[in-house]
Amino acid sequence: MLLIPCPYCGPRPEIEFSYGGEAHLARPRDPAACDDAAWGDFLYARTNPKGIHAERWRHAHGCGRFFNALRHTVSDQFLITYRIGAPRPEIAA
Amino acid sequence: MADLPRADPWRGLALPQLPGLLTLTPHGDAARLSLRGEAASLAPLGAALGLVLPTTPCRAATSGTRAALWLGPDEWLILTPPDDPVRDTLAAAIPAGAGALVDISHRQAALTISGPAATEVLNAGCPLDLDPCVFAVGMCTRTICGKASIVLWRQAMETFHFEVGRSFAAYAAGLLSAAARLAARRAG
Repeated sequence: MLLIPCPYCGPRPEIEFSYGGEAHLARPRDPAACDDAAWGDFLYARTNPKGIHAERWRHAHGCGRFFNALRHTVSDQFLITYRIGAPRPEIAA
Repeated sequence: MADLPRADPWRGLALPQLPGLLTLTPHGDAARLSLRGEAASLAPLGAALGLVLPTTPCRAATSGTRAALWLGPDEWLILTPPDDPVRDTLAAAIPAGAGALVDISHRQAALTISGPAATEVLNAGCPLDLDPCVFAVGMCTRTICGKASIVLWRQAMETFHFEVGRSFAAYAAGLLSAAARLAARRAG
């Protein structure tokens, strides 16, 4: 089983976690001011990289907290996890 | 409203017992409080409880019959006897808008699981590494056991406190029974 390092609880089995989609997406402050393309981009357009992906996870059966992770989408390796609010760490592929 | 007696969630369920290997004991009636608080208010909350709220992840603190289990960075599970008046003391100690206290006594049911086969039986449903180097005495966490969300607290090397949602009591008893049968077969 894959071990995911929770920034609070340490390495824990993956079935304790739930996936939360791409990280660092900021909701537009005034959605009514967005045109359809900008709002559509926010809702649906994702980077979907082949390589390092910043994504949200939640330690649902653990501390219950959301955190962000950099995961390699080819190898499925978790490179680093960090708390919500922290900037995306610079990591070379 | 009539004050109805609480039904024992373990009543009528077969809890596995393996002489010399495994003992399962229903924890009985208890008060359970879900406490949420911010770092600045921990000292008065701890004082109201008579213990220091653990801030190290996955650690429990006890004082007499009271226990505070770290479940998250601002979340604790308080376990105490049902007649303990601490609920009101604690509620009064929470600064306005900076915490919450919810009585969840009836939500969960608990077992004490002990014996040399305790880790083996728990690991049948719980994916945590229960090696004492990783999950040491005094550590506690929310995790899963099969399909049920549980709170597990290692009280001694071979003694675990096992909290599960009360509607999962029959499921947990069945899962642990099946695991105990395997453990008994392995032990010969």
